[in-house]
Amino acid sequence: MSKGLPEARTDAAMSELVPEPRPKPAVPMKPVSINSNLLGYIGIDTIIEQMRKKTMKTGFDFNIMVVGQSGLGKSTLVNTLFKSQVSRKASSWNREEKIPKTVEIKAIGHVIEEGGVKMKLTVIDTPGFGDQINNENCWEPIEKYINEQYEKFLKEEVNIARKKRIPDTRVHCCLYFISPTGHSLRPLDLEFMKHLSKVVNIIPVIAKADTMTLEEKSEFKQRVRKELEVNGIEFYPQKEFDEDLEDKTENDKIRQESMPFAVVGSDKEYQVNGKRVLGRKTPWGIIEVENLNHCEFALLRDFVIRTHLQDLKEVTHNIHYETYRAKRLNDNGGLPPGEGLLGTVLPPAPATPCPTAE
Amino acid sequence: MWKMKGLKDKEYVGFAALPNQLHRKSVKKGFDFTLMVAGESGLGKSTLINSLFLTNLYEDRQVPDASARTTQTLTIERRGVEIEEGGIKVKLTLVDTPGFGDSVDCSDCWLPVVRFIEEQFEQYLRDESGLNRKNIQDSRVHCCLYFISPFGRGLRPLDVAFLRAVHEKVNVIPVIGKADALMPRETQVLKQKIRDQLKEEEINIYQFPECDSDEDEEFKRQNEEMKGSIPFAVVGSCEVVRDGGTRPVRGRRYSWGTVEVENPHHCDFLNLRRMLVQTHLQDLKEVTHDLLYEGYRARCLQSLARPGARDRASRSKLSRQSATEIPLPMLPLADTEKLIREKDEELRRMQEMLEKMQAQMQQSQAQGEQSDSL
Repeated sequence: MSKGLPEARTDAAMSELVPEPRPKPAVPMKPVSINSNLLGYIGIDTIIEQMRKKTMKTGFDFNIMVVGQSGLGKSTLVNTLFKSQVSRKASSWNREEKIPKTVEIKAIGHVIEEGGVKMKLTVIDTPGFGDQINNENCWEPIEKYINEQYEKFLKEEVNIARKKRIPDTRVHCCLYFISPTGHSLRPLDLEFMKHLSKVVNIIPVIAKADTMTLEEKSEFKQRVRKELEVNGIEFYPQKEFDEDLEDKTENDKIRQESMPFAVVGSDKEYQVNGKRVLGRKTPWGIIEVENLNHCEFALLRDFVIRTHLQDLKEVTHNIHYETYRAKRLNDNGGLPPGEGLLGTVLPPAPATPCPTAE
Repeated sequence: MWKMKGLKDKEYVGFAALPNQLHRKSVKKGFDFTLMVAGESGLGKSTLINSLFLTNLYEDRQVPDASARTTQTLTIERRGVEIEEGGIKVKLTLVDTPGFGDSVDCSDCWLPVVRFIEEQFEQYLRDESGLNRKNIQDSRVHCCLYFISPFGRGLRPLDVAFLRAVHEKVNVIPVIGKADALMPRETQVLKQKIRDQLKEEEINIYQFPECDSDEDEEFKRQNEEMKGSIPFAVVGSCEVVRDGGTRPVRGRRYSWGTVEVENPHHCDFLNLRRMLVQTHLQDLKEVTHDLLYEGYRARCLQSLARPGARDRASRSKLSRQSATEIPLPMLPLADTEKLIREKDEELRRMQEMLEKMQAQMQQSQAQGEQSDSL
C-alpha cells in the first residue's frame, strides 16, 4: 500500500542535506492475488510457523530505556513489566545513595524466557536525570547514547565481512516518566520530549498514579495530551507511521484515550479475595497493579509487550535508524562512515548536535 | 474562673488576673499571622492550606501550563483572609511562591524568597526605629511550611539549597505533601531519611519547645508524638466523601478506598493543624520576634556601626547560606528620592546614637576602673 510522500521534517538538529522524504518501510508492492482455495492447498500459510520456529531458536533483542526524575518508580515498573528483577533498584531505601552529578547511562542485560521464546532484554537506566538544581541540557548524554548505538549498528552494517546477525543495541523504546503533579507537564518534560521524540520512540507514562483520583487522572491526561500536541511532540505510536486503516483506528484509540498510561508498579504481593496480587497496601485499601479499575499498568504491559513489541523494533529500525544513517551518509558525502574521499578516515559521528554548555 | 477577692484581703493582691486582662486585650486586638508556603508545584500546597483553614483561598487560581512556565520567574504572592472562631479574630496572611522549582534551571530561584523575608524584617526595623510606633503592622513571616515531594528519596538538592538559605531567617516546618502516595513503611523510611539529611546539612527547622513539667500527661504525650512525626506527612482535601453507610468525612476517594484527611492513621494532618493553629501559633510568633528578627537586627546594626567591616562571627554562620547575603538593610526598589534621603537621615541618627552609647559605655568602664583602682 503506497501512500503519498510523507511531509518533510524541519528539525534544526538535522543537517540541511537530509533528503526530504523519510524513507518508508520496505514493503513490496501488493501482488496480484490468486485465491489459492480454488486451485488446491499450497501450504504457504506454514510460513508463519516456520518464522515462529526460527524466532524461538534465535530469540530476539529488546532494549528499553527509562527516563525520569529519581524516585518515580522506574525500576519497580520495569521489574513489574517483565515480572523479574531486571532492573536493580537504585536505592532499596536503606542504602546510602548519592544522586549523580551528571546523567549516567547504565545498561543491564538479562535473558528472560517464556513459552520457549528467549528474549535478551536490556534495560537502560538514566540516573541523575532532572535531579539537579540546574538541569539544562541534561538530555544530551541520553541523546548521545542513543546515537552511539545507531552508529555502532551502522558500522557493523557497512562492514565488508559483516556478522550474520548484527547485535542490536539500539534503543527500541523509551519510557518517559511524568511526575503526577495533577497540573501539567513540567518545562523539563517538554524539553526532553521535544529533543528526543525525533530520535527514539517515546512512550510517556504517568508515574505513581495512585495519588490521583479518577477525575484528576482524566483531567491530567487530557491536559498532557493537549500540551504535547500544542508543542508538536509525537510520542509512539506516531501518527505518520500508521501503515493502514486498521493500524490507524487502533492507534488512534490508544493515542487519544489511553495514553499517557497512568501506572503503578509494585514488587510486593498481597492477598486480595483469596488471590495473591501485586500491589500496594495502604491503611485505606490495597491498590492492585493489574486491576484496570485501579491503574493502567495492564494496558501499558499489553501495549508494549503483547501487541506493539515488534512494531517498536520495526519503527526503530526502519525510521529512526534510517534517518540517522541517511544523515551520516550525507555528512560523509554519500560514503559509508569511516571512509573518506581518497581513502582518508573521517572524524567519528557527531554524537551530540550541540556542544555541552559547561 | 478567677474569683476577685475583696481589696480588704491583705494576702491577695490580684495580679494573678493579669493573664486574663492580656487575653481580653489580645482578643480585642486580634492576631496577625503570616504563613509562607513553599515547594515545587503540584505537591498539594494550596489544597492543604484550604483544608487547614477551611477556606477557599485559591479559588480564582490559574495554573499556567509548561510552556508558560519555561519563562516564568519566581513571584511572591500574598493573600489575606480574616478568620473568626469563638470570638477570636485572626488576620491570616498567606505568602505563596509560585514558580519555585519549576524551571529547567532553578539556580538561585530561592533568592527572591530570601529577599522577601528580609524585606519584612527591614520594614519592621524601620517601623520600630521610627517616631510613630503606635500601629506597627507586623508583616514578618512567622512560619514557612516547606513541601517535600513524596516521590523523591528524601531532600533533593533544590530542597537543601532553599532550606539552607532560609532556615536562619524563618521558622521552617518541613512537610511531606501528597502523602497518600506512600505506604506506611515508606512514609517512615522517608521521614527518617529526611531527618538524617536535615541533621547532616545542619538545617535548623523549627523546634518545638519542651513541655512544662506541670502540664498533664496527655498533653506531654501528644507533644512527644507531634515532635516524633516531623516532617508531617499530610494529605489535603476540601471535598466531603459520603460513603453510603459511614459518616461523611473530608477525604479523597479512590477506587480502592478513601483517604481520610482527619484520620491520624492515614496522615499527619491533625498533628500539623494542632501544632500550627492550636498550640504553637503564639510560640511561632515569639520565636520569629525574639530570635530570628533580633538576629537580623543585630547583624544589621552591627554592620552599620562598623561600615565596611564584616562581623566574622556572623559571617561564618552565614557562609553556609546563600553567598549573596546582604548585611545592610535593603531599600525597596520602588522608593523615591525623598524616602532615600529620609532613610539616610535615620541611618545617620542611629549611627550617632550608637556611637554615643559606645562612648558612654567606654566612659563608664573607664570610670569604673578608676574607681576600682582608687
